Amino acid sequence: MTIDMSKFLDTFFEESAEGLDAMESGLLNMQDGAADDELVNTIFRAAHSIKGGSATFGLSEVAEFTHHMETLLDELRAGKRAVATELIDVLLESVDCLRALLAASKSGAATDPERARILSQRMGKMLGAAPGHVVQQQAPEGTVATAGGAAQGWRIVFRPHAHLYRTGNDPVRMLRELAELGDYTVACDTSRLPRFADAQPEDCALAWTVELRGDIAEKRVREVFDWVDGDCDLTVERLAATAASAHKSALPVVEQKAVEPDAKAKAPEQKTQSQDPRAASETSSIRVGIDKVDALINMVGELVITQSMLGQVGKDFDMSRVEKLMHGLAQLERNTRELQESVMRIRMMPINFAFQRFPRMVRDLSQKLNKKIDLRMSGEQTELDKTVMEKIGDPLVHLVRNSVDHGIEMPDTRRAAGKSETGIVTLNAFHQGGNIVIEIKDDGAGLPRDKIIAKARKQGLLGADEEPSDDKVFELIFMAGFSTADQVTDVSGRGVGMDVVRKNIKALGGTVEVKSESGKGSTFTIRLPLTLAILDGQLVSVGEQTYIVPLVSIVETLQMKREAISAIAGRAELYRLRDEYIPVLRLYDLFCIEPRQKELVGGLLVVVEGDGKRVGLFVDDLQNQQQVVIKSLESNFKRVPGVSGATILGDGTVALILDVGGVIDASRQATSPKGFGTKQAQVRAA
Amino acid sequence: MSTAQAVRMTNDAASPGGENFQVSANTEQYLTFILNGEEYGVDILRVQEIKGWDSATPIPNTPDYVRGVINLRGTIVPIIDLRARFGLERVPYGPTTVVIVLKVMHGNASRIMGIVVDAVSEVYNVSQQDLKPAPEFGGAVRVDFVKGLATVDQKMVIILAIDELLNSEAMSAANAE
Repeated sequence: MTIDMSKFLDTFFEESAEGLDAMESGLLNMQDGAADDELVNTIFRAAHSIKGGSATFGLSEVAEFTHHMETLLDELRAGKRAVATELIDVLLESVDCLRALLAASKSGAATDPERARILSQRMGKMLGAAPGHVVQQQAPEGTVATAGGAAQGWRIVFRPHAHLYRTGNDPVRMLRELAELGDYTVACDTSRLPRFADAQPEDCALAWTVELRGDIAEKRVREVFDWVDGDCDLTVERLAATAASAHKSALPVVEQKAVEPDAKAKAPEQKTQSQDPRAASETSSIRVGIDKVDALINMVGELVITQSMLGQVGKDFDMSRVEKLMHGLAQLERNTRELQESVMRIRMMPINFAFQRFPRMVRDLSQKLNKKIDLRMSGEQTELDKTVMEKIGDPLVHLVRNSVDHGIEMPDTRRAAGKSETGIVTLNAFHQGGNIVIEIKDDGAGLPRDKIIAKARKQGLLGADEEPSDDKVFELIFMAGFSTADQVTDVSGRGVGMDVVRKNIKALGGTVEVKSESGKGSTFTIRLPLTLAILDGQLVSVGEQTYIVPLVSIVETLQMKREAISAIAGRAELYRLRDEYIPVLRLYDLFCIEPRQKELVGGLLVVVEGDGKRVGLFVDDLQNQQQVVIKSLESNFKRVPGVSGATILGDGTVALILDVGGVIDASRQATSPKGFGTKQAQVRAA
Repeated sequence: MSTAQAVRMTNDAASPGGENFQVSANTEQYLTFILNGEEYGVDILRVQEIKGWDSATPIPNTPDYVRGVINLRGTIVPIIDLRARFGLERVPYGPTTVVIVLKVMHGNASRIMGIVVDAVSEVYNVSQQDLKPAPEFGGAVRVDFVKGLATVDQKMVIILAIDELLNSEAMSAANAE
C-alpha cells in the first residue's frame, strides 16, 4: 500500500512555517533575557519536528541542515552552551536559510546549497569551539575520512522513557531495523522493571544495549531512532572506542563533516526536481480554536430548535398564534445574528500574526543602522479578519521601517537631546467601535516640519507664503514622490511608499493619519474595518432601485430647505450646510434611472464624505440601516466605477453598494455630457 | 474564488460524462435557441441552467445590452440581452423569453453569465465535419463570435463562440483596470 504523501506535504509546509515563526520569536526573546528552559525547548521542538517531517518527505537538504541546528540547540538545552549574540545570529540566519530552503522545496525551485553549506560550517565551527570540547574536536577533524566508513561497529545504549509506547513507537521494530544493518548482539536491561503488582502495561521499563558490528555509518544507526529522539536516552559510541569520542554532542561534528560532500552531491539532484515545478497550491487554510467551533455548533443547535418551533406554529396556523409566531421570528433573528457573528469570528485571527515579524525586523535594522531600539508591542491579541490581516502586513512593515530609519535618531544625537540612547518604537492595536486601530509610535525626532514645507514649496505643492496647519503639512508626506530623507538609504527614503501605504489602507476601507511633535516623536494611526465581508449600510431608494451607502461614509442626512439651495451657472447645485457649501449630486442623474422625485426642495440629502471631500447625494427615500454581506461584482462581471460591490437583500433582489469615493470622482467627470451614466433609460424600458 | 473552483470542477467532471452521451467522439451536443427567427447554438456543456426572465438590477455606466445583475443562489450574475448585443430590434419580453446561464471561460478563469433569448429550441448532435466555417460577412457581423454553421434538418444553425462573444472588448475593457 502506498500513501500519497503529497497530500500531507502542504500541511508540513504550513506547520514548518509556523515552527519557523516560533523559532524566530523564541530566539529573539532569548536574546533579550536568559535562556529559560521552556523557551529553548520550544525552539528545539520546532527544529526537531521540521527535521523529522522533512526527512519523511525526502527533503534531505532541509533535514540535514536542520539537524545541525538541532545539535547546536541541543547543547543549549543541555546547558552546555551560554546564550551569546553570535550564537543567536547564526541561529536566526539559519532560520532564514531554512525558510528559503522550504520555500524552494515547495515551489520546486532551485535552492542555494552554498548558503546552507556556509551556515552549516559556521554552526560546525561553533560546535567545535565549544568550551570543553576543544580537545575532542581535533580528533574527529583528523578522522573525518574514516568516521563515515571505517568504524568497526557501534555500541548503542537505548533507554526509552516510560511513555515511549504511547507515542506509537515500538522498540522491537527499531531493534529489527538495527538487525538489518549488520551483525549484532543485544542485551536487555531489566533493572528498571517494577514489581509485577506495580507494573503499568503501557509503560516501558526495559532498556537495551546493542552491539552492532560491521561497516556502518553512524548516520544510519541514528536514523533508526529518528522518531524517538527526545523520548529516550540514546548513546551511540564506537566499539573499541577511544575515550575521546564518548560524548554524544561531539559526534555531530564528525557526522557533519562526513555529510558535507553529500550536500554537494545533492545539488544536481535538487535541480532535476525543479524540472517539474509543483504548482504551489494557493488554497490557504486557517486554524480555528475549538471554542469557536463549539460556539458555532451550539448556535446551529439553537437555530434548529427555533426552526422546528416555527414549523409547529405554521402547521395549523390561526390568528390566536400570531404572538407565538412573532416571538419565534424574533428568536430566529437573534439566532441568525449570533450565528453570523460566530461565523465571522472564525475568520478572525489575533493581530499577532502580523506583528510577529517586527521584532526580528527591528533587530536587524537597528544593527544595520547602529541604532539602539526597543520595540514594544501591545494588544497583540486584538482580533482581525484574516483577509485584512494579509493585506495590512506590507503597509505596517513600511511604517515600522520608517519609524526606525527616519524616526529614531542616532544614539549620540539622542543623548545630546537629553533622551535615553535607546529609542522606543511602540506597536499597539485595539478595537474601537467597529474598527481596529493600529498605532505605530516612536519617540524620535518627529517629522521635520520645516523640511517638508521647504520641499513642498520646491515642488509647487505649497504657495511661497502659505503657512499651512500642522495637519496639512503632515498630510503632504502621503503624496506620491514626496521624500525628505537627505539620503536615499536602502532602508527607506525613496519617496515611494507613504502614498502606497495610504492607497493600500484605503483599499481596505481604512484610514491612516499622522501626529507628530518635533523632538518628541510621531504616531501613525491606522484605522481599519474589522472585516471586509460585511458592511454596515444605509439603504436608500431612488426610483425602483435600492442602493446601499456605507454607514461609515455618511456624515448626516437632512431634508433640504429652499433657502439653502443655490446653483452656479444653473448647473452645479450647492447646498449650504451651516458654514459649508456642499455640491448636490442627483443620484438618478448619475445612474440614469427614473426617480420618483426630481424637486430638490423637501428632498432628502445624504451628506457623505470620501477622500476628504464632501458631497450630498440626493435620493428619493431612506430605508432601514442593516448589515449587508458584500458580494463581488468582479468575479462574474467587471469593476464598475462608483460601485464597490453588490449584496442580496431580504427579498432576494440584488442591490448595489455605492463606492462613495468613486461616486465623487464620477460626478466630476459627469460635468461633461458624455461622462458617467450615458446609458439610456431605455435599457430598462422593455 | 471558491465558486470559480467549484465550477471548474463540475466542468471537469462533466466533460467525460458528456462524452458518454455522444454518438461518436467527434460529435458535440449543442443547445439551440431562437433569436429574431434565427436558430443559434451553444455548447451544451457550458450551459449551467435555463430560467425564466425575472427583473435584474441595472448597473450604471455599462453598455445597454447589459441588462443588469441577478441573484443566482447567492452569486451575482450579469445578464446580457443578446438581441441588444446583436443590435437587433428590441421586443418586449414574453412568456417564452428565457435566460440561459452559461459558463464563460476568460483566460484560465471562468465566469457565470446569463443571456436573454427569445426562446429555447432543441438539443442537436453535430459532428465536427458538419460544422462549416462561417464565411466573411463583411463588416456587418463579427465572424469571431461565430464558431461555425451547422445544417440540421435543412435549417441553418449558427453555433456561437460564447467565450469570444461574452468577453468582447466592451466587456473586458473595463475589466482590465
